[in-house]
Amino acid sequence: MQEAFIRWIVLFPLLGAGLIAALGRRLPRAAVGILACSTVGASFAAGLAGYFRLADLAGQVHPAAAVLTDHFYTWMALGRLNVGVSFILDPLSSAMVLMVAGVSFLIHVYSMGYMAHDKSYWRYFSYLNLFVFFMLLLITADSLPLMFIGWEGVGLCSYLLIGFWFEDPEKAYAGKKAFIVNRVGDFGFLLGIILLFWSLGTVDFAGITSLAPDKLAVGGTWVTLITLLLFLGATGKSAQIPLYVWLPDAMAGPTPVSALIHAATMVTAGVYMIVRLNVLYLMAPVSMAVVAAVGVLTAIYAASIGLVQNDIKKVLAYSTISQLGYMFLAVGVGAFSAGIFHLVTHAFFKALLFLCAGSVIHAMGGRQDIREMGGLRTKLPATYWTFLIATVTIAGLPPFSGFFSKDEILWQAFGGAKGHWLLWLTGFLAAGMTAFYMFRLLFLTFFGRCRADHETSARIHESPKVMTVPLVILAVLSALGGYWGVPEVLGGAARLHHWLAPVLGNENGTFRFEAPHYSHAVEYLFMALSVAVAAGGIYAAWVFYLRRPETAGSLAGRLRICYQVLLNKYYVDEIYNIFIVQPVKLGSTYLLWKLFDVSLVDGAVNLTGRTVRGLGRLAARLQNGYAQVYAISFLLGVALVLGSLLW
Amino acid sequence: MIELSELLLLSAVLFVLGVVGFIIRRNILIMFMSVELMLNSAGLVLVAFSNKLGTMDPQVFAVFVIALAAAEAAVGLAIIVALFRGRESVNIDEMRLLKW
Amino acid sequence: MLQTDWNTVFPLLTVATTAGFVLLLAMVGRVGTLRRDIGPAAAVLSVLGLAVSAGMTLWQWFSFPRGFDPDTFSGLLRVDRFAIFFNLLLCAGAVLCILLSSRLTGKLKTFAGEYYALIVLAVFGMMVMVNTTDLVVLLVGLETMSLAVYVLVGIRRHDQRGSEAAAKYFLIGAFASGFLVYGIALTYGIAGSTRMEQIAVALADSGGMPGAGKVALAGLGLVLVGLFFKVSAVPFHMWVPDAYEGAPLPVTTFMAVAVKAAAFAVLARLLVIGFHPLAHHWLPVLWALAVATMTLGNLAAIFQGSIKRMLAYSSIAHAGYLLVALASLSPEPGLAVQQRVLLSLLYYLVVYTLMNVGAFGVLIYLERGGRPMETLEQVRGTGYGYPVLGAAMAVFMFSLAGIPPTGGFMGKFYVFTAAIDRGLVWLAVIGVLNSAVSAYYYLRVTVQMYMRESEKSLPRIPFSIPLALALTVCFLGIFYLGVSPAGLLEAAGRAVEQATGMVILK
Repeated sequence: MQEAFIRWIVLFPLLGAGLIAALGRRLPRAAVGILACSTVGASFAAGLAGYFRLADLAGQVHPAAAVLTDHFYTWMALGRLNVGVSFILDPLSSAMVLMVAGVSFLIHVYSMGYMAHDKSYWRYFSYLNLFVFFMLLLITADSLPLMFIGWEGVGLCSYLLIGFWFEDPEKAYAGKKAFIVNRVGDFGFLLGIILLFWSLGTVDFAGITSLAPDKLAVGGTWVTLITLLLFLGATGKSAQIPLYVWLPDAMAGPTPVSALIHAATMVTAGVYMIVRLNVLYLMAPVSMAVVAAVGVLTAIYAASIGLVQNDIKKVLAYSTISQLGYMFLAVGVGAFSAGIFHLVTHAFFKALLFLCAGSVIHAMGGRQDIREMGGLRTKLPATYWTFLIATVTIAGLPPFSGFFSKDEILWQAFGGAKGHWLLWLTGFLAAGMTAFYMFRLLFLTFFGRCRADHETSARIHESPKVMTVPLVILAVLSALGGYWGVPEVLGGAARLHHWLAPVLGNENGTFRFEAPHYSHAVEYLFMALSVAVAAGGIYAAWVFYLRRPETAGSLAGRLRICYQVLLNKYYVDEIYNIFIVQPVKLGSTYLLWKLFDVSLVDGAVNLTGRTVRGLGRLAARLQNGYAQVYAISFLLGVALVLGSLLW
Repeated sequence: MIELSELLLLSAVLFVLGVVGFIIRRNILIMFMSVELMLNSAGLVLVAFSNKLGTMDPQVFAVFVIALAAAEAAVGLAIIVALFRGRESVNIDEMRLLKW
Repeated sequence: MLQTDWNTVFPLLTVATTAGFVLLLAMVGRVGTLRRDIGPAAAVLSVLGLAVSAGMTLWQWFSFPRGFDPDTFSGLLRVDRFAIFFNLLLCAGAVLCILLSSRLTGKLKTFAGEYYALIVLAVFGMMVMVNTTDLVVLLVGLETMSLAVYVLVGIRRHDQRGSEAAAKYFLIGAFASGFLVYGIALTYGIAGSTRMEQIAVALADSGGMPGAGKVALAGLGLVLVGLFFKVSAVPFHMWVPDAYEGAPLPVTTFMAVAVKAAAFAVLARLLVIGFHPLAHHWLPVLWALAVATMTLGNLAAIFQGSIKRMLAYSSIAHAGYLLVALASLSPEPGLAVQQRVLLSLLYYLVVYTLMNVGAFGVLIYLERGGRPMETLEQVRGTGYGYPVLGAAMAVFMFSLAGIPPTGGFMGKFYVFTAAIDRGLVWLAVIGVLNSAVSAYYYLRVTVQMYMRESEKSLPRIPFSIPLALALTVCFLGIFYLGVSPAGLLEAAGRAVEQATGMVILK
C-alpha cells in the first residue's frame, strides 16, 4: 500500500540537521534546541500516524499484506539491479521507528539541558539530528543498499559525536578506533550484500524474502557465507565479540550521545538487520548457531568485566554490550520477536541509565569514578528514583519490563526450537552477574556516605527540569513497557509477538520448526529461577557493598588474580602492547593462554592497522625520487606483461 | 636480399640498446637520445614491413614517427634547459626534490 | 571514399582554432606598447572555445546518427556516441580546470596566454585520441596531448620542483612512447593495417601462425604498456606522485582528470575492438594490474602527509578501480556483453572527474597569498574557519572514499557489480577491501580540517567567482549523481550502444 507520508518520518530530521547547520550559528540557543526537538517530534508523530494506519490495515486485510511503502524515486537501475529510494513501514519497522523517534526525542530534550553550556551547541544538535535521520533511514529502508547508507551514516555521526570535544587527543583516538573497527564490520556487510546480489539478483527485502527460499539451498554454503558476513557487519555495529572493543572507548563522547547512539539505537542496528533478514538466517542453521553462541558469550564476557569497573559509564558500556549479547542470543535461537522486545525495553532502561549517569556526572562536576561518589540518594532524588527503577528493570525483577523481555529470551534459549541448555545456562549466569554489577553501581553511587572531596560535594545539585522530565518518562516506559510483551503463560497477550509475527519466517508459515513441548509448570520454574538468580545477585551486591563493604575488599584480596584480570578487562590492551612492543618476551605458555583469549582479536584489529600502515610506508618508500628506479619499475612491468602474454 | 626476420632482429637490438641506455645513463640528454633510438627502431620495423607487404603506408607512418620524435626533442630540450638553469646539472640522480 | 563531413569534425576544429587564437592573444599581450595581463581574456577565450565545441558536440549527440557522418577523413576519425560522450566530458573537465586556474595565471603573468593555449591544445589531442579507431591517429593525438602536458607541468619555470617534475614526467613519458610506437609497428606488421577493426579481423584469423601469434602478442603487450603508463597502472605509475606533486595544482587536476579519462577511453576502445580476439591473453594481465594498482595506490596514500601527494596516490588507486571495470570485459564477441562494463567505466569517469576537481579545487581555494595549503598540518582547523569549504571537502572526501549517498559510492557499486556479473567475485572483494582501507586516509583529511576550533581567526579568503563556480558544480554534481544516477546512466548507456566501431564485432 503506497503511502506518501512515510518519507517524512525520515526527512524531518534531515531537514532539521540542514537548517541547524545552515542557520545554527546565528540562531539563539533555545531556537536551535527547539528546532532540533521539534523535527524529531514531528518524525515521531508521523511514525505514530503510520503505526495507526498500519494497525487499521492489519485489521482489514491479511496481516501479511499490511505493509506501507513509499516509493520516493528510482535510485539505481542497471541490468538486473533495480534499487529505489523507497521506505517501508511494516510491523517490524514501525515498532522500531516509534522506539527510535521516541527515545531520540527524549534525549534531544535532555540534551538541551545537558549541553546548555557547550560552546558548539548548534553543531551538536546538527549532528544529532543527522544521526536520527540516518537511523530512521536504516530502519525504513526497503533494500540493503539503502540500509547500508543509513548504516554508514549512523557510524559517521557516531564518529563525529564521539570525537565531539576535539581538544582531547584521547577522544580523537577513541573516535578513530570506533571508525577502524567499524570498517572491518562494514567490509563484511558490503561483501554480504554483494554476494547476496550475486546469488539472488535482488537486494530489496521483499525480493530477498520471496526469492531466497526457492533460489538458495537451506543450510547451503552461500546462504551460510552471506549470513555470516552480514553478521560480521552486525558484530561491528552492535559491539559483539570480536568487534566489541570500540564501544567502551566510545564513552568518551557526551553522555546523551552514549545514551542515544551507544545504548538505545545505533548499536541495535545489527539485531534489527538480522530480524529484517530473518528468512535468510532461518535458512542457515550454522549461522544461527554462531549468532546465538557469539551473543551469549558476549553477554557473559561483558557482564564479567562489568563486575569490577569503576567508571560509571564504563559499567554501563559493558552492560550494553552484554545486553546486546542477549538480543543476539534471542535472534540466534529464532526468537526474533523476543529479540526485538528486549531491544525496545533495553532502549528504554539503558537510555534511562545513561541519562541518569549523565545527571550524576553533571552534578559531580564531570567526575565519573564511582569510588568517589556515594550517598547521592538524598541530593539527587529524581535521578535516584529513576535510576533505581532502571536498575531493577535491567536486573530482571517482575513486573518491570526487563523481566519479561529477558525471561522470554532465556526461556527460548532453553525451550525454543533451536535452544540448548548450555545457551540457557550461560545466559542465566550472566543474568545473575547483571543484577550484581548493576546493584553494585547503584549502591556505590547513591548509598553509603559521600566519598567525594568537600568542594565537589558542596556543589552537588539536582539537574534542571528539562533533564529530569525525560528521565521520568523513560522510567515510566521502563517500568511498564513490559505490557506489550507479557507472555500468554502469564495471562498476557504477547502483543508485540503477534504484531511482528507476519514478518517472521518461522511464525508466518514460511518455515516450520518443531519446538519441544514443555508444560506451563516448567515455564514457571524457569521464571522463578530467573527471578532467583537476579535476587541472588542483588543480595550479593547488598552484602558486599552496603552491609559489609569490607567483604568486597577482602574478597578482592583473596581472588586477587580474578579481580585483576576483570578489572583490566582481560588485559586486552596490555596483550596488544606486549604483542607489538615486546614480542621477545612472549613465553610459549603465555602465548597459548592468549590464543584462547578472545581478546586477542583486539590485538589483531590493531595489528591489522599497523600492518597496513607499515605496508603503506614501504610502498611510498619505493618511490625514492630516482628517475631510473622509476624506469626500472616500468621495465619490470613490461617484463611481467610480456612474460604473461608470451608464456 | 635481407630477410624480414633479420631486420626485425636488428630493430629489436636497437630497441633494447635504447632501453638499456635509458636505464644505465645518468645524463638526461643521453637518456633522451636513447629514447630516440627506441623510436627509430620502431621506424625500422615499419620500413621492413613496408618492404615485405609491398605498400607505402608504413613508410608514411615512419615519417609520422620521425616528426613525433622531432616534436618530442623540441619540448624535451626546452624542459632540460629550464632544469639546467636552475641547477647547473643534467644528472638525473640529483633530481630528488620529489620523492615518497 | 575520400569524403569529409565538416559537421563531424567541427568540435575538434573549434578546439584547435581556439588554441591558435589564444596563442595569438598571448603574443599580442607581449607586444611592446600593449604589455598587459591577458590572463583573464585568454581564460575567457578558452572557455568560450571549449563551450562552443561542447555545444556542437551536444548537437551531434542529439542528432546522431542523422545530421553528420560518424566516419570521416577516410575513416581516420570516427565520431560515434562513445566519442561524443568523451568529447563532452573532456571539454567539461578542461573548463573546470580553467576555472581553477584563475589564481595560478595571476602569478604566471606573462605566461598566462601560453598556459591556456596549452590546456586547449592538450584537449585537442585528447579529442583526437577518443575520436579515432586508427592507431596512427591515436598516436598523434596522444603525443599532442602529452607534449602539451609536459610543458604544463613545468610551467613555473623558476620552480625547481616544477621543472624536476616536468623532466621526470617527460623522460618516462618519452620512454613509454617508445614502447607504444614499437608496439604499434609490430601490430601493423601482423595485421597489415592500423585500423582497430581490421586488426581485430587479422588477429582473429592469425590463430594458425605460431610465429605471428607471438609477434602479435608482443605488439599487444607493448601497446598496452604505453597506455598503462598514461592511466598510471602499477608498476608504470612511479612518475605519478612526483609529477602531480611538482605541477601547479590546476595542472595536477587537469592531469588527474582529463588525461586519465582520455587514456581510459582509448584503452577501452582498443581492448573492446582491436585486441578483443586476444582477450584470453590480456584479461589475466588486467586482473593482476587492477589488483596491484588498487592496493599499492591505497597503501602508499595512507603514508602521505601532503594532501596533494595523497591525492596523487589516490588517483592511482582509482585507476585501479577503473581497471577492475576493464578487467571485467568479456572474452566473448559482441557489444551487448560488454555494455554493463563500459557503462560502469563511463559513469565512474564522470564521477571521478567531479570529485577530483572538487578536492583539488578546495586546496586551491584555501591557498592564500602564495602560501600553499597542501599538507594535513596546514589544513588543520580550516573546517571551522571556512565552513562551506570544509563541508565541500568533506563531501568530496566521502565521495572519493565511496561512502553513500555520493556519486563515488554509485561509481564503485556499478564497477564492482559489473565484476560480480562476470563472476569475478574475488576481484570485487579485493576492490571492496581496498575501498575500506582508503576511507581511512580520505576521512583523515576531514578530521584534520575539523580538528580543534582554531583559536586565532583565520584570515578571510577573497571570494573567487570562477573557483566558487567550479566547486559548486562539482558539489552539486556529486550529490546529484549519488542520489539520482539514472540520467547519466542512461546517457552512458546510449554512448555505449552507439559506439559504432564496437558493433562491427557483433
